Amino acid sequence: MTVSEIIALLPYQKPFLFVDGIEAISDEGITGHYTFNKDETFYKGHFKDNPITPGVILTECMAQIGLVCLGIYLLKDELNSEHQPQIALTAHQMDFYLPVFPEEKVTVISEKEVFRFNKLKCKVQLLNEKGELVARGIISGMMKA
Amino acid sequence: MTNQELITKLKAIVSPYIQDEEAFKNLSEDTDFIKDLKINSANLVDIILDIEDEFDIRLENEDMEKMLDVKSAMAIVNTKLAG
Repeated sequence: MTVSEIIALLPYQKPFLFVDGIEAISDEGITGHYTFNKDETFYKGHFKDNPITPGVILTECMAQIGLVCLGIYLLKDELNSEHQPQIALTAHQMDFYLPVFPEEKVTVISEKEVFRFNKLKCKVQLLNEKGELVARGIISGMMKA
Repeated sequence: MTNQELITKLKAIVSPYIQDEEAFKNLSEDTDFIKDLKINSANLVDIILDIEDEFDIRLENEDMEKMLDVKSAMAIVNTKLAG
């Protein structure tokens, strides 16, 4: 399965798609990236005259790359035109260390902890362009074809 | 293992995942994991994985599909332990 096939199967679109590309993917994990555009809708309100990427959006970016893209890859043999990926976020625990400003590129590194009975649980990190740790945590969701 | 011992072990396993405290207090063989305890589907998977660890057994998709209440969980664990 190619990177463009995975991204095409994502159930998101602008302004809520937070995946630009995937550098590496295997049954064990994924590395992908996204650059926050200065015109993202949430910067207008978070915060007043002081745009900083909301933690929930960083978590969303980590879930879209780290869980959903990886999950689509893991389900690749079951997906077809009649069986599109069905997804639900079920839990996350996240710690944040640094802010992410408009125009910053972030890299998501996710390691699969368990994928059984349609539950995918991953250990996920978010790094900035300097390679500094921005956030890390555990994200779980249900994924099926 | 007696049925009572098995229920005690299952009760300890499900306790972190329950939403309905009252139903949990009155847990019996007829208690349904989703309808009574209001456990979500992802936590039901956690329970299955915890049962595997606790009893050192391996559960399959067909077991997961049947494991809807305490009674069926007990039956599946007993079958696996006997096998």
